[in-house]
Amino acid sequence: MFVPVEWLKQYVDIDGLDMDTLRDNMIMSGSNIETVEDLGERINKIVVGKILEIENHPDAKKLVVTQVDVGEEVLQIVTGAENIKVGQYIPVILNGGRLPDGTKIKSGKLRGVLSNGMMCSGEELGIADKVLPIHQAKDGIYILDQAYPLGTDIKEILGLNDHIIEFEITPNRPDCLSILGMARETSATFNIPLKAPQINVQEEVDMIADYAAIDIEDNELCNRYVARVIKDVEIKPSPQWMQNRLMKAGMRPINNIVDITNYVMLELGQPLHAFDLSTLEGNKIIVKRAKDRETFTTLDEVERKLDSSMLMIADSEKYVAIAGVMGGLNSEVTKETKTILLEAASFSANSVRATSKKLGLRSEASARFEKGIDPNIAIMAANRACQLIEELEVGKIVGGVMDLYPNRADEKVIEIRPKRMNDLLGTSLSNEEMIGILKRLEMKVIPKEDKFMVNVPTFRLDITQEIDFVEEIARIYGFNNLGMTLPKGNSQGAKTNGQIIEEITKINLNASGLNEIQTYSFISPKTFDMLCIPEDSFMRNVVKLINPLGEENSIMRTTLMGNMLEVLGRNYNRNVECAKAFEIGNTFIPKSIPVEALPIEKKVLTLGMYGKEIDFYGLKGVVQKLFEKLGIEGYEYIPEKNHKSFHPGRCASIVYGNHTLGVIGEVHPDVLENHDIDTRIYVGELDFNILLQITRLDKFYQELPKYPAITRDIAVVVKDEIYVKQIEDIARENGEKILESVKLFDVYKGKQIEEGYKSVAYSLVYRAKDRTLTDEEVTKVHENIVKVLEEKLGGSLRE
Amino acid sequence: MKEQLQKIRNSAENEIQSAQSMQELEELRIQYLGKKGELTALLRGMKDLSAEQRPLVGKIVNDVREAIEGALDTAKKEMKQKEKNSRLARETIDVTMPGKAKDLGHKHPLTLALDEIKDIFMGMGFKIAEGPEVETVYHNFDALNAPKNHPSRDLTDTFYITEDILLRTQTSPVQVRTMKKNKPPIKIISPGRCFRSDALDATHSPMFHQVEGLVIDKGITMADLKGTLDLFAKQLFGIGTKTKFRPHHFPFTEPSAEVDVTCFKCEGKGCRVCKGSGWIEILGCGMVHPNVLAECGIDPEEYSGFAFGMGLDRVTMLKYEIQDIRLLFENDMRFIKQF
Repeated sequence: MFVPVEWLKQYVDIDGLDMDTLRDNMIMSGSNIETVEDLGERINKIVVGKILEIENHPDAKKLVVTQVDVGEEVLQIVTGAENIKVGQYIPVILNGGRLPDGTKIKSGKLRGVLSNGMMCSGEELGIADKVLPIHQAKDGIYILDQAYPLGTDIKEILGLNDHIIEFEITPNRPDCLSILGMARETSATFNIPLKAPQINVQEEVDMIADYAAIDIEDNELCNRYVARVIKDVEIKPSPQWMQNRLMKAGMRPINNIVDITNYVMLELGQPLHAFDLSTLEGNKIIVKRAKDRETFTTLDEVERKLDSSMLMIADSEKYVAIAGVMGGLNSEVTKETKTILLEAASFSANSVRATSKKLGLRSEASARFEKGIDPNIAIMAANRACQLIEELEVGKIVGGVMDLYPNRADEKVIEIRPKRMNDLLGTSLSNEEMIGILKRLEMKVIPKEDKFMVNVPTFRLDITQEIDFVEEIARIYGFNNLGMTLPKGNSQGAKTNGQIIEEITKINLNASGLNEIQTYSFISPKTFDMLCIPEDSFMRNVVKLINPLGEENSIMRTTLMGNMLEVLGRNYNRNVECAKAFEIGNTFIPKSIPVEALPIEKKVLTLGMYGKEIDFYGLKGVVQKLFEKLGIEGYEYIPEKNHKSFHPGRCASIVYGNHTLGVIGEVHPDVLENHDIDTRIYVGELDFNILLQITRLDKFYQELPKYPAITRDIAVVVKDEIYVKQIEDIARENGEKILESVKLFDVYKGKQIEEGYKSVAYSLVYRAKDRTLTDEEVTKVHENIVKVLEEKLGGSLRE
Repeated sequence: MKEQLQKIRNSAENEIQSAQSMQELEELRIQYLGKKGELTALLRGMKDLSAEQRPLVGKIVNDVREAIEGALDTAKKEMKQKEKNSRLARETIDVTMPGKAKDLGHKHPLTLALDEIKDIFMGMGFKIAEGPEVETVYHNFDALNAPKNHPSRDLTDTFYITEDILLRTQTSPVQVRTMKKNKPPIKIISPGRCFRSDALDATHSPMFHQVEGLVIDKGITMADLKGTLDLFAKQLFGIGTKTKFRPHHFPFTEPSAEVDVTCFKCEGKGCRVCKGSGWIEILGCGMVHPNVLAECGIDPEEYSGFAFGMGLDRVTMLKYEIQDIRLLFENDMRFIKQF
């Protein structure tokens, strides 16, 4: 909402306030301000001139040489403008002047002819294209509407000695979408009386009943319909002062009648519409709903498709406007219009909003209707328009007002408790102070025992219950005047167990060199194909968005592996040599397809890495260290050959009892190709919900060894397909309580080892808790282990 | 004999002085003092001396032995010192060569900023609540007093799964769930992912993060709200930080406010970060609307409370001077390693 300060001052006397005080206090009383623009600040040496002569330029076809009287002198100005005529009054920037965009103007020669100063276009004056009056040429010189004293500063003529405040109006305060509304807020903020406009019509001719009739067929969607008729109208541009105000408030001047309707809308907040009465069949206005599949052409010359939810204004034969949204081309005010019917109505906010949305058509009027309009200002607004027509002497007001008011809005009386106000605000305001504040807001207060009965003006659509007064009192009293305390009570801050485990996990993975990443919860349905997930996989049962921004963000993820590969691929393609990453995030598992209830949100830990010296075991080591930290024991790695995302020979499931904790492995080359990556990538995905359940953070001290250990190394030659875990299991099973650890230190294939075999070397550490072991004891156990290895795995001890 | 001894002493001392290594010294020790050494040999000749001469000569022999031993000791010490010094000189390295270290991983900047925020609120007695990203329309809008026709409910603003299920647009539904499940006093913050239908650009992302807070108890006032958030701002941005509470409108709170903090880059003087105003808007807040309390089964006559919310992405970007929100979700390792 753009408010020219000069206009605001008409209704509230703020001459004594500087702009900073005005801005700061308005913000603090609840009218937030986006910007304050000083219009004249950057305009310098632009004055009124009159064109005396126009002659052709001797050497340039497209230029003319003009003589322009600027009061103290006559300037020769060369211009390429095509819309100028002798006798016109125009803005002239003098030699050495500056345009709002910062351009400095200096006299000089144009194609050999001296040009001293420049005539200005609307754009050069800082007038935006969208508000440039319809009768001004878009690329031409701005022509003033009448004679002005030559040499007068243009800022006076165009009202540019002014500030424009852009207020951010919250949706609960439609009453602030007008200059009067903001004047009320200003008045309440500074406790300066409001000077509401005095509205009266001096002279009336004939009676409206002889001109028109109104019928509301749909009372539900039309709260009130007020009409007045004006005859003998003379359509022409409105006076400069009115155009100035409209432009400053962001509206384009069209003609005097349209401008007056817009002016009143800006001033009072009531949208008005003017019909050419001669176009209304039967001189009748009927307010009714459209029928499905009908069409209607609005005054922007677009044919609109209607349906039965839309409220229309019709005459006895056709539609003439979409109620509250836009008028029709068929009943528009034109140059030939002689008699107008002026509508000041109040339509259902919801209906206008829905219609405007369906049609994709928003107007200044619909923006106000859809937030709500006080129906009690309709007559005032209609009369205000008539008053302006009368003042401008561009029409005669027909006597009488048509007023149909099916849904009357009466002043509400709301009971409030002053104590409650203080209790919630932490203040100790007296009753008098509160009454004073409410009075500033035009509310009448009648104290009744320990309560107030408050009359709320009907324009305050937002105030419906006691709590609303807490805000009113607080904002006028000043939020900055409220105290600062801390809540009483002795609650303790704490993380849940799950939050603690997640934290430990992150720190541990960081320590293993992995960076934390965060990716979108929604992914592309193509992800599954790219990961080579089988068609019938449960992973493809997904929660779909009805209205995604694009296919790539259209389903909720059931795995984070796609995100991980995308991130690793991006890093790889940006020449990041090595990347190690993890993400903890939710996957979304629908309970049913189609989705009827909230899906199960399952937390997942995804790991991924690539780079020199990174291999399957590097990834596995990360998992191992994490599990160690989380106190997770008794899990197993089972070779996984059937997961299509992974290398069939380099993938393992991690199994804990009956649960699969997850899968880790080298990404299948097909998947890498799909992601446009040509390096080996290792990825793992673990079910974090299960990890949370099996984590054991309690730590207990184990006594440090008192007696020495004896270490024996062995190298066993076994077939390639034997897993080292089998060797370790056998060693442990036969360790007789004295085998402390089994540590793999070498796997060798090649010379001296038969094809299809490998040599696996271990350090076996023996130790007893209660005594020093003898060589014989160890030898006995060790030799037995070797024997069992030979028997069960067909291994042979390497010499 | 006396002269002989003196000669031995002189030659020993000379040789010791010119010795070049520990080994030479050891050889000299053996040569003079060893079992077969010169001095020992001389001592053996003592038995031929008279009883009167013996103690005299004995004394001289001892003096000479002590002298040689002393010279040997000194020489050995000096030698050791020299050898140590020369080893140290030999072992000089280029200390400007890079250190050896394993790469440590880094937390995402959003996590780091959130950790800081969590710590501050936990210090004030808040617990951390979490809730689902996919929510019901009821929890996300209806229960929060959002008007049925509020534009934020539109398909153009909110992602829907069905007519009744959506991607939460705020973490406020966690507040609703907490209020319905727990009796006051309630003191929580709820951080998490949120979604709104904004196309990705430098300042918007369809997925973003919020941290909201809720306090419900008997006698909670708006002054408590101000005090809590003022303390929070001081802890997050520095003790000199000031706050400004501007009236605003949110459907689920009444009164509502937006909170500006003095710019932590320029301390309120005006700079690029605060666009010259000296203030930065970081929070929305207000007293929980009685309709919301009632809807969640809490008697608004008995209890009151406040709620607040902030954009974690925005706070993170301000804190680390990140200009483009897309960086947060691209996850370039070179970006994450900076934090």
